Amino acid sequence: MSRRFTPKVVTANLLREGDVVYLTADDRWSPFHHEAELIEDEAHAQMRLLHANAQKLVVVGAYLADARPGPNGPEPTHFREVFRTRGPSNYPHGKQADLAN
Amino acid sequence: MYSYSDFDEAFVRARVAQFSQQVERRLDGSLTEDEFRPLRLMNGLYLQLHAYMLRVAIPYGSLSPRQMRQLAYIADTWDKGYGHFTTRQNIQFNWPKLPDVPAILSALADVQMHAIQTSGNCVRNVTADHFAGAAADEIADPRPYAELLRQWSTDHPEFQFLPRKFKIAITGSPNDRAVTKAHDIGLRMVRNAAGEPGFEVIVGGGLGRTPMIGVTVRDFLPEADLLPYVEAILSVYNALGRRDNKYKARIKITVHETGREAITEMIEARFAELRAQFGGADRKLLAEIREAFAPPAFRNAPTDAYDAFYKADPVFRAWADTNLTRHRNDQYAIVTISLKAHGQTPGDATSDQMRLIADLAERYGHSDLRISHEQNVILPHVHKSDLPALHAALVKAGLGTANVGLLSDIIACPGMDYCALATARSIPVAQELATHFEALKLEHEIGPLKIKISGCINACGHHHVGHIGILGLDRAGVENYQITLGGDGTEDAVIGEKTGPGFAYDEIVPAIERILRAYLDLRLEPSETFLQAFRRVGMEPFKAALYEAEGERNAA
Repeated sequence: MSRRFTPKVVTANLLREGDVVYLTADDRWSPFHHEAELIEDEAHAQMRLLHANAQKLVVVGAYLADARPGPNGPEPTHFREVFRTRGPSNYPHGKQADLAN
Repeated sequence: MYSYSDFDEAFVRARVAQFSQQVERRLDGSLTEDEFRPLRLMNGLYLQLHAYMLRVAIPYGSLSPRQMRQLAYIADTWDKGYGHFTTRQNIQFNWPKLPDVPAILSALADVQMHAIQTSGNCVRNVTADHFAGAAADEIADPRPYAELLRQWSTDHPEFQFLPRKFKIAITGSPNDRAVTKAHDIGLRMVRNAAGEPGFEVIVGGGLGRTPMIGVTVRDFLPEADLLPYVEAILSVYNALGRRDNKYKARIKITVHETGREAITEMIEARFAELRAQFGGADRKLLAEIREAFAPPAFRNAPTDAYDAFYKADPVFRAWADTNLTRHRNDQYAIVTISLKAHGQTPGDATSDQMRLIADLAERYGHSDLRISHEQNVILPHVHKSDLPALHAALVKAGLGTANVGLLSDIIACPGMDYCALATARSIPVAQELATHFEALKLEHEIGPLKIKISGCINACGHHHVGHIGILGLDRAGVENYQITLGGDGTEDAVIGEKTGPGFAYDEIVPAIERILRAYLDLRLEPSETFLQAFRRVGMEPFKAALYEAEGERNAA
């Protein structure tokens, strides 16, 4: 029996600003993790990653990150991805400040 | 300090123009990311966790007030109003946007600075003793040699594609403040039996996943032979170094695999070939460079005001005791400005602080500034009579912390708060250690102590040579911190020893407290430092303090 596929989101950094973004089901790049498309199928994940990598003028370094469903949408599972949703812990910089409202 | 020649100026401007066009081509799609990445890295531009990061070289840690003000201007104009000084005497801006980077590089070029060779498999920024030209124990100022090495290594056609990055550190003092034994090449000035100055040449030191103390390939190299000898080492490494495996590509592995004797012979053979080819051009250049590093015109004035103030003001006295170092001129002192205020990010300075430091360097410090690998700022030449006024100005700006060389003077890499390579955070651990021991009021009782924290195995935080080293790892998706004890980054360099299993994020500060309480209990007298006590008693008492309490808790 093959191992169960851990759900994924596609994430990357914006080419110009460097900001962390997530690929949504309707092909937008959102700054919010909970707006990402939660991908539960491995073949579909590869297709979405190809789609992301093709957008060379928008994003850099797209990859698949583990995620799980939550009440408001997908949530990160690993602490690295949690930090990427908000910014550094020593200053109120990054998303935690930019997207506070 | 050294001022760019027309050649330097033209070279740096040309690189700015070249990179500006490369950015343009990336933004219009003519370059893919795979094509662009090596080009941006050659210019110090990384993509980190939350943003781009620009790493700017501060050659051998020397800065003029004008350059410091320009760094403040860059921080305000294109970043978030601060900069991060690193363990390699560089400054990093954490939030630049790609389209702005050409303008930043142009602003740097305006003050004779750049980000070239701050990344990639080339010779990186040459680091030096931050007390160069001022220290009482110095044989000769290492900066002219460092500048010679900078000019030689910049865009050197033979050494742009080395097997791996290459770091050179140099000190003009027998007491090593530049961690020379943990560099690819370490140069430590010594005198021979005839009293002539030269260098002990150390090769193959390094931290990272395979920490090694460098081996001495020459006990005494006449200073006149420095450049051909360094080129001989690079040349041998360039031929032998492994390009098949990134983790075995550093010269420390080459030295280890080849053996000290064999590699020394190869270096000497290559040196014999090269020495004649240099034909004295390096000597001529060095003589010119040396003129740029003439000592300042030291003032001759009474120091009574300093003595009186020292006696009268306990706050000033505490600062003077920790943050001043003996200058070779008795009327002067070397001032270390701590960028480690308790609870702040080690190595960060706001643009306002940078401007104030620049002003103070002009008013009291012969317009000379240094960045130390310990992430502090140095005013190398301050007349003692100016110290009370200087201290008062620093205190007002939050820069008067009296903690240099103490527990809270922590080296910490950016860790997972910024770095894409990190496996755990290091900054908040440093912040919590500092505030925790500040609250306990134990810092001064503990005395001299170097804590160094890295957020991954690459060891930018020099944890291997910390008296207490902390390494942040990812253990099954949770931050976990491994402790090493007994490391030392001086001329007696030692790699620290692991204590045992690591500690979770919320357990690491209590763990360090257990180690330090054990030290306070077992030291023979208050003057026995943590490192001395560790060398006397070894690991066992500290292990017991660290893990036995835990065992009891688990059993209960």
